[in-house]
Amino acid sequence: MTDLADLTISEASRGLDDGRFSARELLEAVLRRATVTEAQLHGYLTIDREGAFAAADAADRRRAAGGRRGPLDGIPIALKDNLCTRGVETTCASQILAGYVPPYDATVVARLREAGAVAVGKTNLDEFAMGSSTENSAYGPTRNPWDPERVPGGSSGGSAAVVAVGSAFAALGSDTGGSIRQPAALCGIVGMKPTYGLVSRYGLVAFASSLDQIGPLARTVEDAATVLAAVAGWDPHDATSHPEEPPAFHRSLERGVEGLRIGVVAELMGAGIDPEVLAETRAAVDRLAAAGAEVVEVGLPSVDYALSAYYLIAPAECSSNLARFDGVRYGLRVEGGTAEEMMARTRAEGFGAEVIRRILLGTYALSAGYYEAFYGQAQKVRTLIRRDFAAAYETVDVLVSPTSPTTAFRLGERASDPLAMYYSDVCTIPSNLAGDPAISVPIGLDSRGLPIGLQIMAPALGEEVLFQVAAEVERGAGFAARPRLASSEVMEP
Amino acid sequence: MTGWEAVIGIETHVELQTRSKMFCGCRVDVGDEPNTAVCPVCLGLPGALPVPNRAAIEGIVKIATALGCVVNERSLFYRKNYFYPDLPKNYQISQYTYPVGEHGRLVLHVDGEELAVGITRVHMEEDTGKSLHVGSGGRIQEAEHTLLDFNRSGVPLVEIVTEPDLRTPEQARAYGAELQRIVRTLGVSDARLEEGSMRFDANVSVRRSGTSELGVRTEIKNMNSLRSLQRAIAFEIGRQVEVLEAGGSVVQETRHWNEAEGRTVAMRSKEESEDYRYFQEPDLLPLEIDEAWRQRIAASLPRLPAARRAELVALGADDRTATLLVDTPVLADRFEAAVSRGAPARTVGSWLTGEIVAYARSVGADVEEVVPAVEDLVELAGMVEAAELSATAAKQVLAGVLAGEGTPRGVAEARDLLQISDEGALEEAVAAVLADHPDVVEQIRAGETKPIGFLVGRVMRATGGKADPRKVQEIIRREAGA
Ligand SMILES: [Zn+2]
Repeated sequence: MTDLADLTISEASRGLDDGRFSARELLEAVLRRATVTEAQLHGYLTIDREGAFAAADAADRRRAAGGRRGPLDGIPIALKDNLCTRGVETTCASQILAGYVPPYDATVVARLREAGAVAVGKTNLDEFAMGSSTENSAYGPTRNPWDPERVPGGSSGGSAAVVAVGSAFAALGSDTGGSIRQPAALCGIVGMKPTYGLVSRYGLVAFASSLDQIGPLARTVEDAATVLAAVAGWDPHDATSHPEEPPAFHRSLERGVEGLRIGVVAELMGAGIDPEVLAETRAAVDRLAAAGAEVVEVGLPSVDYALSAYYLIAPAECSSNLARFDGVRYGLRVEGGTAEEMMARTRAEGFGAEVIRRILLGTYALSAGYYEAFYGQAQKVRTLIRRDFAAAYETVDVLVSPTSPTTAFRLGERASDPLAMYYSDVCTIPSNLAGDPAISVPIGLDSRGLPIGLQIMAPALGEEVLFQVAAEVERGAGFAARPRLASSEVMEP
Repeated sequence: MTGWEAVIGIETHVELQTRSKMFCGCRVDVGDEPNTAVCPVCLGLPGALPVPNRAAIEGIVKIATALGCVVNERSLFYRKNYFYPDLPKNYQISQYTYPVGEHGRLVLHVDGEELAVGITRVHMEEDTGKSLHVGSGGRIQEAEHTLLDFNRSGVPLVEIVTEPDLRTPEQARAYGAELQRIVRTLGVSDARLEEGSMRFDANVSVRRSGTSELGVRTEIKNMNSLRSLQRAIAFEIGRQVEVLEAGGSVVQETRHWNEAEGRTVAMRSKEESEDYRYFQEPDLLPLEIDEAWRQRIAASLPRLPAARRAELVALGADDRTATLLVDTPVLADRFEAAVSRGAPARTVGSWLTGEIVAYARSVGADVEEVVPAVEDLVELAGMVEAAELSATAAKQVLAGVLAGEGTPRGVAEARDLLQISDEGALEEAVAAVLADHPDVVEQIRAGETKPIGFLVGRVMRATGGKADPRKVQEIIRREAGA
């Protein structure tokens, strides 16, 4: 019999409905998996056993009383540790928030709870979501479940890793420049960044407000859609959230791609992309063509400047967003002779090197005399990228590219070279700058047995067609491999 | 200061008294216990986001409209970045380009001259918390520790910036007073300087008369009354002129007004001043204020002080009385009502701005609580007109009415203050006095007029002060054959 921890959400939900097992048993299976994997994986920063069991038991009582709340009722889900959870420590993997316990739930957390989901715990990330490998965590890196010598990607590396090994059925992550899609690709699961504004950011500790979006990581496209459906929709606490009804993305999964026009982004299919990744990407695209889609090559010339623009806009916003961590009201405080000294020392000691690097970069980019040359210019590039995408979507329904230029790299390999690390997000950043939805779906393994993801991008609020194509990519790839850390040899030593 | 001209611009901050704060649902501080009117948003907790308060936007649009500004259809929020312990996010949500209002003007009347003061901008921002520095002269640098209260954090704040159009401390004060009246009339804030719900900063520079180049300016802060606004500017002008006449140069800096010592003191110079790294607030969408909304707000505006003043003058109030009446809208209302029902403007105006205001002050009450009803004012004025009361007796009656003794007629009767205007009764009294003073009557007959006053006094005394002195005099002249 399959371990309950390896079921998909749809399977688990059906099993609960049929009374084949309880939510408590589901949670026990997930925690058992965590016990086996966590020592090596380090995907979780906090596991909230008590809260999780209370939620699971409540779900069982609801089902017993015939009052199931929906497909997530009783399903164990992990939360990236930059999402505020009432009463549960939220650190952003930073020393500066060590021990910080928020007095409120992020809107997405509250919505998951309302849907009956069981919050297992908080997952590891690059400090304040700044990084592409989860090595920038103040509490130690998360390992890649396919090869513990390698990184899981980042910044939602903890979320991707725990979903991949089955110590959660799905997770929420945040994606500012690829932080959901890239770790999903490197861990062999599905990761999705919604349209900017589709999911409330209230309670997400901000990195770069104009780029941040919360989204699901799951083992199947359908599961990702189920989680997204639970958290999407207007929130009066987020002025940038869309007031319209969310698109009907859950209903498009079985439609196939017959008659759709799919654009392959020329700029992301050449130099800098690993040949094995390219080959798998082409194979996936060919399968879409075989399934009836019309495939064309599309140029997005301004994408070449996306990385540079991103590394001005994101640090600029971060320099302001992270100003509030000053030791005055919460988190770490390092005493000093004056208030100014106290704030400076707290920040110098509380933030890690990458966070400090980005705060400095951003502060510089916004400074008087440099604003126009840096921040102003970057905003113009952003406008051009939006225009390029808009032009492309006049002729195609979706765009595709690799999610990550390479498969998982070794721990420490890029840690000392920020520019090489920044390049990890070259394919994912354009969607953040455009504010458009994108998803990564696993399509195969490279010769070292490491997963490869295909990125699909759609116009703003185009989640319906995005999931439609993603489901077809998933069917075509038939990706069924499981990471070594979740395999039976590891499970039963 | 002969030979010199001052150039003054004023920045005013007005706290709007909305029900909730600018970007969260917390109540606006009404003197609560420290840190009780707070939430994740106004405490700057991780993950919290701002959502604009529609009532505050209405408030600022009212102010901008009243100041004749162009109200931008699309207005932008910015972040103003600086570190200070009572600024929870270490940035203030404010405006930069495209503020809510621009290009307005405020017309003042100072010493009988009309002066139009340009309004550069009217923009929306959020207030900071309050710091209490313990163990220092109120300065954070020397503080042993600092207590923070975030109840004020996030209270809607409107900043109103003038062009450098003011030239004298008196004009600056007149501007401050008129702006305060406007804000109060609009009902968006109580605009109390002592309590900080209205705060002024003044930019002051001086130049040789007849030149047009601007001198180096200083910014003065901490003026907690209209009087200190005027004094601080006067001091600063004198100080700058002194520096320049001694061959020195003015340093661009922020200066603190010390009320007790009556002088300004340097706080920080421009070199140390901060780069606020303004950039558009990504957590907020552009503020759309469409034509329909603007028109609805414009149509809802009350009569503004200038218009009201002109109307009162047209009703017969002099300039000074009109200004005083407009300062306290309930008085202006009473004045208008009483005068339109036939009461003489001068008398009623003088009661309202004189005795009634003085009485309120003496008993420590608001004018609103003590001001007599229109009927009472009209009745009292009518009794004076009909010579039933002398001007002096009328004031005594008014005092009785204010003290709650009854209607004017009731008080006049109870206090026995009604004048004897009955011709027969007065003739009798005069006859008695003339009979007692034949020698004086002789003098009058001989052509002297001075003794008439003496006889009037006698008649008044005989009637207990209730005779109408004009009538008495008339009868004496007739009877004595003057
Ligand atoms: Zn609040």
